[in-house]
Amino acid sequence: MNHIVPFYIVLPLAAAFLISILGRFIKGFSKVTAGFIFFTLLCLSFFYIFSGDHSTIVYNIGGWEPVNNIPIGIYLILDPFSGFMLCIINTMAFLSALYAVSYISLYTGENYFYTLLCIMVAGLNGVVVTGDLFNLYVFLEITVIASYALVAFGTEKEELEASFKYQVLGGIATTLILFSIGMIYWYTKTLNIPDIAGILNKSPDEKIVQFCQLMLIAGFGLKAAIMPFHGWLPDAHSSAPSSISAMLSGVVIKAAGLYVIFRLFFNMFQLTYEISILITAIGTLSMVVGVFLAIGQWDLKRLLAYHSISQMGYVIIGVGMGMMILANNGNKAFASLAIMGGLFHLINHAVFKGLLFLNAGAIEYRLGTRDLNKMGGLFEKMPVTSATSLTASMAISGIPPFNGFFSKLVIIIAAVLAKYYILAALAVFVSIITLASFMKFQRYAFFNRKSIKKAVNEVKDVPFLMKFSMIVLAVLCLALSLILIPGIRDTILQPAVDVLMGKNDYYINLLNM
Amino acid sequence: MIVFILCFILFLVGLFGILTSRNIIKIIIGLSIMEFSVYLFLVLIGYIENGQAPIITKDMINLPVVDPLPQAMVLTAIVIGLATKSMLMAIAIRLYKKFKTFDIRKITSLKG
Repeated sequence: MNHIVPFYIVLPLAAAFLISILGRFIKGFSKVTAGFIFFTLLCLSFFYIFSGDHSTIVYNIGGWEPVNNIPIGIYLILDPFSGFMLCIINTMAFLSALYAVSYISLYTGENYFYTLLCIMVAGLNGVVVTGDLFNLYVFLEITVIASYALVAFGTEKEELEASFKYQVLGGIATTLILFSIGMIYWYTKTLNIPDIAGILNKSPDEKIVQFCQLMLIAGFGLKAAIMPFHGWLPDAHSSAPSSISAMLSGVVIKAAGLYVIFRLFFNMFQLTYEISILITAIGTLSMVVGVFLAIGQWDLKRLLAYHSISQMGYVIIGVGMGMMILANNGNKAFASLAIMGGLFHLINHAVFKGLLFLNAGAIEYRLGTRDLNKMGGLFEKMPVTSATSLTASMAISGIPPFNGFFSKLVIIIAAVLAKYYILAALAVFVSIITLASFMKFQRYAFFNRKSIKKAVNEVKDVPFLMKFSMIVLAVLCLALSLILIPGIRDTILQPAVDVLMGKNDYYINLLNM
Repeated sequence: MIVFILCFILFLVGLFGILTSRNIIKIIIGLSIMEFSVYLFLVLIGYIENGQAPIITKDMINLPVVDPLPQAMVLTAIVIGLATKSMLMAIAIRLYKKFKTFDIRKITSLKG
């Protein structure tokens, strides 16, 4: 079983290599290989989650066994939280690769596109399974270099400018992360995350550790585009090709930003109340300000990108409340509920925001514009796109049968139970404004019959594979609300929450292997 | 201690360059300076006074050895930095072809 772990990284890297060489000579090779590899990865990640065995799997690269219980060499660690993230990454990668089969005809150079997509997925899978701080930095860089190139894929004015902004801010983030990794290495003399957790557990909380924590929040906050660091996100996510926007918004800001923050602050550092308040405060800030910035946008993809900032705020306040309760030694059941709400919203956001970006891409594919003022009456012309985007809009604004409602409900219930009434009120308020801005999207894009332009009259719905991806995601929007049923919850969500809650198990289990 | 302070000053010089300069190429140079200060810092934390190079030979004198791990890390980080910088330069060249300028104030097609 533990030999499957390196395949999450090796398979997409090998695919990238093969596509860039053979794709030039064999027609259609890139599409088939990328689709096949992502499907394999999807099966592998679901195999781990549904195998019923929630033990942690450790793989030592190069077979370096620990000496005197001190780990040397790089560990790959697959536990339920990583497995949970792997499922999201590979599902979204598979669907956006399928979607891109037709969509990429808007651009040239599809071999490069699939190569970069494979490299990005390899980096993301690596970030999620690695157990070594420096290795995490390397995989993070692999991911972001691929995303820089993909953002600039159209090589028009806007794409290049967005990519430049993204690269400069990403470069600053990387520098901060590398600096704090150096500081942590200086203090603990090790890079292995469970080992660092063991050392930090014994020594009292020091100034140097707090400094590292702040640097890491700034660095990964820049990658995750939390509010004070969000400047690059609307440009980058709206300029990329739509299937990549779905990956960037649905997966990259979560796996490369939030996942690492949660993993390090729950499993590596000691939870302190001050840091928990800081994380929850920036989460609240991005939740509230993001939605106000979103509502005035007329560029469809830019509107969706601002909503990504706002919805990430929900994830952060869910998990941040759990941190605050745990740091205060409060009721563990409430903390578990809050963290579960946050993680549930994370998977939901990946699905519905991915779907919305694919819808925006479908509209762009047929109309050639992203301006809401130039659309109208698409309800009759593009029925599948219209129906799926209605589903996603209802899911993101929290209308009952869809998944977004349930995750927001769990977060709000946890906030009320833990007596954070202001957070609960803000969450409800932001949800209402989200509903308003998606009503605007629906009204102007699909139902506005008066302003039907000539160009709109001749459009058809998009090709089959694009429809297929959108329909699968729309079905997932409904199906994911079933996760809250106790039996399914215990398989998917609860083990991931337990990994975050049970800090001590993380390093004790790993070092005694 | 003084070397760490100098290293931090180098970091601030890079940050100042990114924040204040208007020229794309100067911003890239500022970013590079910032990264180099971090590489220096990484090498410094592995250094031990009078330490030897960490290569075990027969006629090795019994002296402390510097920590080789940060050196390996810096090598990796330099390679990654090269990749990101060349990507950034490629984008800068493309930007120049589109806008005919390196001035960041005139490259404003994205707003809002």
